[in-house]
Amino acid sequence: MSRDAILNAIRRGLKRGPLPADQRAMLESRLHTHPRHLVPARAKGARGELVARFIANATREFATVARVPDMAAVPGAIAEHLAANNLPTRFAMAPHPELFALPWDTRPMLKPEARRAEASDTVTLTHGFAGVAETGTLMLPGVPERPTTLNLLPEQAMVVLRASAIVGGFEDAWDHLRARHRDALTDGFMPRNVMFVTGPSRSADIEQTLELGAHGPRQLHILLVEDDAEAV
Amino acid sequence: MQIHSPEFKQRARDALADAGLQKALGNFKQGFPAKRAAAVANLPEFERLRDVGRDIKNHTLAHLDFYLETFARNVERAGGKVHWCSTADDARATVLEICRRAGARTVTKGKSMISEELAINAHLEAHGMEPVETDLGEYILQLRDEPPSHIIAPAFHLNREDWEASFRQSHTALPADRNFAERRDIMAEARATLRSKFLAADVGITGANFLIAETGSSVIVTNEGNGDLTQTLPRVHIALASIEKVVPTLEDTCTFLRLLARSATGQDMSVYTTFSTGARRAGDLDGPEEYHVVLVDNGRSAMMGTEFQEMLRCIRCAACMNHCPVYGAVGGHSYGWVYPGPMGSVLTPTLVGVDKAGHLPNASTFCGRCESVCPVKIPLPKMMRHWREREFERHLSPPVARQALGLWAWFAKRPGMYRAATRAGTWLLRRLARGRGRFASLPLAGGWTAGRDLPAPQGGTFMAEYLRRKRGGA
Repeated sequence: MSRDAILNAIRRGLKRGPLPADQRAMLESRLHTHPRHLVPARAKGARGELVARFIANATREFATVARVPDMAAVPGAIAEHLAANNLPTRFAMAPHPELFALPWDTRPMLKPEARRAEASDTVTLTHGFAGVAETGTLMLPGVPERPTTLNLLPEQAMVVLRASAIVGGFEDAWDHLRARHRDALTDGFMPRNVMFVTGPSRSADIEQTLELGAHGPRQLHILLVEDDAEAV
Repeated sequence: MQIHSPEFKQRARDALADAGLQKALGNFKQGFPAKRAAAVANLPEFERLRDVGRDIKNHTLAHLDFYLETFARNVERAGGKVHWCSTADDARATVLEICRRAGARTVTKGKSMISEELAINAHLEAHGMEPVETDLGEYILQLRDEPPSHIIAPAFHLNREDWEASFRQSHTALPADRNFAERRDIMAEARATLRSKFLAADVGITGANFLIAETGSSVIVTNEGNGDLTQTLPRVHIALASIEKVVPTLEDTCTFLRLLARSATGQDMSVYTTFSTGARRAGDLDGPEEYHVVLVDNGRSAMMGTEFQEMLRCIRCAACMNHCPVYGAVGGHSYGWVYPGPMGSVLTPTLVGVDKAGHLPNASTFCGRCESVCPVKIPLPKMMRHWREREFERHLSPPVARQALGLWAWFAKRPGMYRAATRAGTWLLRRLARGRGRFASLPLAGGWTAGRDLPAPQGGTFMAEYLRRKRGGA
């Protein structure tokens, strides 16, 4: 069987047989404790510094960021963004409780449709699970409340992110997910899909010159809700 | 993929005379190194992260059997299936079988070097399926029936006119008089054309930058979002990965993500880093219904315990080729197989045989830039030297080279004569150079200097300089 052939060839190369129980236990423990390695200084700082760094890095990677005072102001900010960019007011929205709870009736022109994205969607709205300050990256776990297609299919992607969900480094984002998500199938924390998204889609394949909007969104608009008093 | 590595010398000569390629290489040599340098300068911990990356990979390789078993167990727990494949034939047959069972007609593909190595496209085509490359660079290469010339910028050797011509020739359903005024127009046409393929595909095949033992996840890193659509929209996702891609934990992966994009394109982070774990869960509104990992050995396990084991640390960032003066002069196609540049010069002889790829490790000035930028500190020059030794031992090097080495060895064993000869040679070359720093041509060595300059001696011999400095410093 190929599996045994490969494993035996590896062991032959390492000049040993299968690992003894004590060594396996040591490796199991490394997996279980998943120790952190060197975490760069840019992934650390006071709340206000992290939020400012997230915004600076996301903007540098060509995302646009609108600061919104609270969740109630999100529909207004969306209406403004769509009007300013001549975009349709009908859009696919992640079926997330925090997005359902927004006061959509304040902006009757907006037509959010809670569903996954289809290829015909120009605009989508999803919910940011976390923001990573060190690189201006959004963490978007693909769960029923946050379909993956919303991140990829539209020309214009919008993401609501709470400032309180901004963390320093990637390790902090994973810790967040470990603590807050249960996967029913595996009894672990890993959903089927997790995306780290840093700015809009791009390619430099044509003459090594950067163009935005290759296969994914041409624009990534982050609505940053300032819900964190320490961070504002 | 057919192996053209034995023709390296002829291909390199042709490359040097190819004006289009030389123009593209000009952009290339300015672009990548400067971007990497800027990204590295912005992360003071970068050098220490290289040590951490090297150590994680060494730890993983020392326990590779354990981590592969753990990875496979966790994939199956998440509803995925792992297929262990010893050879390229096994892997091709496995991929074909999965596609057949899915009733596949259209198969979209994310960029994957292992899929080039296995020549998956030809195999699927031969069995009546349509494989579609979706990375922009890979897509145009598929239209032109060319192999990639670089592992992360596969079509950098093409200029805008080439793109336009290929699109006009291939997208015949579009109006013939359409305008390609800007690069953006080329990209928009590719986006629209490939969108319909994404939607039509029954199976999506991606590679994997990492496999995570802890969670049973495969990870891809892209800027376009093509690999992500490839693995999200079709009913079946196949992740193709060689066995050395496994890392233990998410924390280990964080270190490699900090190294990868900075070393590759000079970005802090690529746009999309996507972790796939099993198939669609109950309640999920999208994602594939089947998730397969095809785990490929194809020569890797035979590198374990040899002087080439460290090559298995490679994370395919391309920094070595981006900084290589030889690659920068002759481009990727000269190397004649899947992996070009310094990493290819080490890996290709391992995977296809030094008898076929012996020229590649010889195509190095041993300047050491590749090792100095490698994010996991692979001693590439040392390994190329190992290949040269093996080539010599197996009498694969040409007679002239062997005679020259024999002559050198005869002198080297007689230090007095050796010094006198080098003194005379240095004196003569300095006279001939007449103050110019280099020779553009030399009698009896026209073949050698056609594509290179020989630096003229700037001082005395090594021993003379050594003694002078020792006295001066004392």
